[in-house]
Amino acid sequence: MSSITLLEAIRQGLWEEMERDDRVFLLGEDIGVYGGAFKVTEGFQSRFGEDRVIDTPISESAIVGAACGAAMMGMRPVAEMQFIDFISCCFDILTNYAATSRYRQGIGIPMVVRGPCGGGVHGGPFHSQNVESFFLNTPGLKMVEPSTPYDAKGLIKAAIRDEDPVLFFEHKFLYRNPKIKQEVPADDYVVPIGKAAIRREGRDLSIITYGAMVYTALEAADRLKDENGVDVEVIDLRTLLPFDREAVLDSVQKTSKVMILHEATRTGGMAGELTAVINESAFDYLDGPVMRVTAIDTPVPYAPPLEEFFLPQVDDVLKAARTLAAY
Amino acid sequence: MELNKQQQLELLFYMRLTRSLEDRLDNLYKQGKIVGGLFRSLGQEATAVGSAYALDSKQGDILSPLTRDLGALLVMGALPREVFANYLWRATSLSHGRDQNIHITDLQRGFIGTISPLGTLVAVMNGVMLARRMQRKKSVGMVYIGDGATSTGAFHEAANFAAVQNLPLVIVGENNSYAYTTPTTKQMRILNLADRVKAYGIPSEIVDGNDATAVFYSARRAVERAREGGGPSFIEAKTFRMRGHAAHDNQSYVAKEVLDQWHKRDPIAHIEKLLRENKIAGGSEIDQVNKRVSKILDEDLAWAESQPTPAPEDAVGGVYADDSKPKAISVGRED
Repeated sequence: MSSITLLEAIRQGLWEEMERDDRVFLLGEDIGVYGGAFKVTEGFQSRFGEDRVIDTPISESAIVGAACGAAMMGMRPVAEMQFIDFISCCFDILTNYAATSRYRQGIGIPMVVRGPCGGGVHGGPFHSQNVESFFLNTPGLKMVEPSTPYDAKGLIKAAIRDEDPVLFFEHKFLYRNPKIKQEVPADDYVVPIGKAAIRREGRDLSIITYGAMVYTALEAADRLKDENGVDVEVIDLRTLLPFDREAVLDSVQKTSKVMILHEATRTGGMAGELTAVINESAFDYLDGPVMRVTAIDTPVPYAPPLEEFFLPQVDDVLKAARTLAAY
Repeated sequence: MELNKQQQLELLFYMRLTRSLEDRLDNLYKQGKIVGGLFRSLGQEATAVGSAYALDSKQGDILSPLTRDLGALLVMGALPREVFANYLWRATSLSHGRDQNIHITDLQRGFIGTISPLGTLVAVMNGVMLARRMQRKKSVGMVYIGDGATSTGAFHEAANFAAVQNLPLVIVGENNSYAYTTPTTKQMRILNLADRVKAYGIPSEIVDGNDATAVFYSARRAVERAREGGGPSFIEAKTFRMRGHAAHDNQSYVAKEVLDQWHKRDPIAHIEKLLRENKIAGGSEIDQVNKRVSKILDEDLAWAESQPTPAPEDAVGGVYADDSKPKAISVGRED
């Protein structure tokens, strides 16, 4: 076993699924000869051919529409969005067609739409977004965002094998980040969709988060322990829809103080929904208000100081956690 | 191959079945038994029936009709009882009361229901044909698009995608002159829908959409080309919507003279006239078609009305493969 990046883990997961199941095929912009803008599919076309690794026009609706149709007919398409920001170009197909098909006509759409999300690389307003809240309000879709190479490989496999449409968000700040490289098993394995992971056990305060913010939470947790003696638990949701209610509520019952941390903007985000669930189902356990630490409600700015201000930082987490810990 | 007598009578049968079925739906709507909207294909039956009749279900051909293509669904084997049941929101209908009008699907028989956002199903049908090709099948797909919907981005993306991938897809452009209330002159600056796909390298034909046999021959040329690997085609059927957009719309924006003119070109009257004048079938045979249609519709409507309606709680479940239970999380509605 060698230590691999998150990007390499996704690449391996896709490759192995294509080897084991000839129903799996890929389509997207520049994914063939070039191997994709981020090189996730490098070498795929020469191994699997042009029929299974399809370079498409710049037409997100046509790409995801084709994926839907093929999935209905028994295939297992994986569509790449060059940047996840562009997924809004195919909003209709995802929300009106893919998400409703099983409910309306009893036909599932086992398709994956994957792509790089997230900021921290100065990509500006259209190469940095986190799009989960656009789709959180759409029953019928699933959403996954891994934070470790192990999970990335196991979750992409689970997503491809899933019977429903899965949006698979790959945080580009983590893609080649050497700090999170990890050894992953050579044997086939999946990480189940719908299950969160406890990244750090703690007794005093829970931080519920996902994606690149897992590492912000862990860094803050170390400092809170050292500087304040606060023992923080970090929950990595991994699946955003449907999220792991049980894991969230278990942690709330354990610590009685909850912060939700995400990189997406604040209003109408995942944090609001999680807060509502906690209020409805675990109000009696709470010793303080559920706190949100999120990006600010603006488009993602380009200039480094602006982007840094926009994104939640360790200091933002520390400040909110100290307020919460004082209850 | 020319259409033989039996085939021409079958075209008449499906057109008559479409019109009479919609007449009954109209009554059910007026009685308040059908809720929501009622979208008729009056005057457009030849386009739907003639085009779908060119497909071969033995080869796994498959189509996705628009709301005004009831005739195409019937040709593919959808039963009037299934149409009644869906409109009457019965629990045993193909959508179990979850979707409206003729949004019904059966992959075995080869029809995929549309959705209301337009152009989407052209993109979806690309994927259906992509799958068929990867599965080494020689099937052909057919998808319908209205004059208005050729203005959508999804249509243009999908037409271009079909062309680039050389998919075996026949796109039937139904130019019925109006998109809800908007005439085609406000939809585009060119005269023909067919011109819209020229830039994608898609061959096209323009046919009289009120002449079922002409539509059939044009569609068959396109289907054969697709099956032989010639890629997508576009057929523009010039026709006219003889009712408003839906039952609530009195079509006040269409001049009476225009309607009168198109009334003279009624597609059913046209095929009946051809059958008589060419001495292919006489009045009694045409009467027999009408009687057969009435009998089927009597039986099927009775069946549909005898079916149960869904229980309120049937609204939950079936959103995901593994959920048969509600995922409602609001207070007081949780298990």
